[in-house]
Amino acid sequence: MNDALWYLARGTGVTSLVLLTVVVALGIANRAGRPAFGLPRFGVAQVHRDASLLAVGFVLVHVISLFFDVYAQLELFDLIVPFGATYRPMWTGLGTLAVDLLIALVGTSLLRHRLGLRAWRVTHWLAYACWPLAFAHALGSGSDAGAWWLRTVAGACLVAVVAAVTWRLSTSARATVLSGDTR
Amino acid sequence: MTAVLTAGRLLGAGHPDLRGHDTAHGPLPRLPHDVLIGVVRDAGLTGHGGAGFPTHVKLAAVRGHAGGRRPPVVVGNGAEGEPGSAKDRTLLARAPHLVLDGLQLAAAAVGAAKAHLYVRPASAGPLARAVRERRAAGRDPVPVVVHQAQEAFLSGEESAVVSVLSGGRAVPRDKLRRVTESGVGGAPTLVQNVETLAQLALVARHGADWFRRSRTFLATVTGPVGRPGVYEVPHGVALTALLAAAGGPVAAPRAVLVGGFHGAWVPAAAVDVPMSREGLAPYGASPGAGVVIPLAAGECGLARTARIVGYLAGAGAKQCGPCLNGLPRLAATMAALARMEGDPSLPAGVARLAALVRGRGACGHPDGTVRLIRSAMTVFADDVTAHLHGSCLDGARP
Amino acid sequence: MTRLHVDWTACQGRGHCTELLPELLAPDEWGYPRSTDDTKEPAVPVALLPHARRAVRHCPRLALHLVGP
Repeated sequence: MNDALWYLARGTGVTSLVLLTVVVALGIANRAGRPAFGLPRFGVAQVHRDASLLAVGFVLVHVISLFFDVYAQLELFDLIVPFGATYRPMWTGLGTLAVDLLIALVGTSLLRHRLGLRAWRVTHWLAYACWPLAFAHALGSGSDAGAWWLRTVAGACLVAVVAAVTWRLSTSARATVLSGDTR
Repeated sequence: MTAVLTAGRLLGAGHPDLRGHDTAHGPLPRLPHDVLIGVVRDAGLTGHGGAGFPTHVKLAAVRGHAGGRRPPVVVGNGAEGEPGSAKDRTLLARAPHLVLDGLQLAAAAVGAAKAHLYVRPASAGPLARAVRERRAAGRDPVPVVVHQAQEAFLSGEESAVVSVLSGGRAVPRDKLRRVTESGVGGAPTLVQNVETLAQLALVARHGADWFRRSRTFLATVTGPVGRPGVYEVPHGVALTALLAAAGGPVAAPRAVLVGGFHGAWVPAAAVDVPMSREGLAPYGASPGAGVVIPLAAGECGLARTARIVGYLAGAGAKQCGPCLNGLPRLAATMAALARMEGDPSLPAGVARLAALVRGRGACGHPDGTVRLIRSAMTVFADDVTAHLHGSCLDGARP
Repeated sequence: MTRLHVDWTACQGRGHCTELLPELLAPDEWGYPRSTDDTKEPAVPVALLPHARRAVRHCPRLALHLVGP
């Protein structure tokens, strides 16, 4: 039973990282202002939203399974407040922080029309902190950190996000030159 | 620029201080709000800031929102960003108490707890003195604060004024919620041009019938005329009579720009037209803020229009995409036409871009610019043809 | 009649609305929405209301609004 929980936690953790990577890469790419991946822009945005909600689901299973896991010894407290865990407090804490930010990001996005554009945009910048935290947590906290397959997955995630950032910076620099609009 | 009076009460007081004002105008009657709004409606008073919106409609709209959480606010608008206009600053210098009377009347009509005056920096000091003079005399039940406006073309736009007084930038806002419902700090807000407020003070004193008979307005006549300046003239005065009051055009103009940079050209053949909304409508023009600029003899109307459009393209708030992208393109196309570039597609390009930007912005800036351009393309149609063939009817060289 | 209102101060021409509501909005040459009937605030036929609501919900700049009954 305990092994099952442990496998579940690892599996959902890695899946969460992949989903968050998809969310971040699409979010960045769609902001570049021209259609990406041959999809219409609203389609990319829809996948961005759906993938983020899916990621929340996987993160939830990840956290709950660890809560009942005897090795991890997480207290309810540790699910919200970082760096208090007994098991690898540093690496676990990064994951807790990422979860907090994820809650803030998804919550504000669901309430976007009530919050107004400015408040939503400001909180959405937290995504640039959330993903690196989740990434570091995956590499440092997991018992699979040294495994070739995790390294491969993590490497692919990193490449995806870096590629999206590069693409966005290149297109927005060009758009600025074209329109003279620096905003 | 010198101000010369020809008729009327707006600029008629002998001295701008409170005693001079009292001598000229007598006491300010106190009317219940519904009575005052009814009198303003019957008088037919409309805004003198440019848009010409019926004043009683705005008063009633703000009054209608008076029961809410925030008490209404009134703003006297003397920002006067239009480069050709000087009538608001002239009025504020010569009859500040008439404007302040109107501000109090407006505040009482809408149930406001606070009043603001938003004026050019040069007007602010004297106006603040006038406000103190009234406070010392116990005249003003509603406190008045004087603010200095930025000197920019769009600074007097209603929602831009509201934005500044709410602590924001001097740029127009989206009009999904009108300022009459949610303006300064979220309060229902009445923004009225300072001349409209002075007119309101006259309507309250003399009644609707008197106003319909004796109504005057302030016009600024600039450019090649004998005595450029601000003139108080009867409502509906013929454009020729207004030009004559300003010493007449130096030479017979081919067209006269009426209503300022967001106005329209009235051709020489029609200069007898009355300066009223109805009279000017056939030319796509309106009195606006009363700015009148004749074209100089030998000056090309297309070149003049292109220069103005260039100015307007740079004077935008740079926040609405169609205006931000479209006006510079329009300015460039008009400039190409003015330079007599023989590209026959230029007029069609102007028409296409004009249709593209019109109605697509937070404020009337694209629409006003299109109004000017369309009137130029109509009034100077022969010039357009000549320019496309590389010559100019006014003798300008490419 | 319900109408579509664009807050031009917020719109940056991201193009989601012109993809979701091509019956009422088409992109201009800079990518900003232009009503296909060239009105300032195009009327939304009842049949298109769900699509219009979706476009409003999806605008990344919250610049699109439905006004009127």
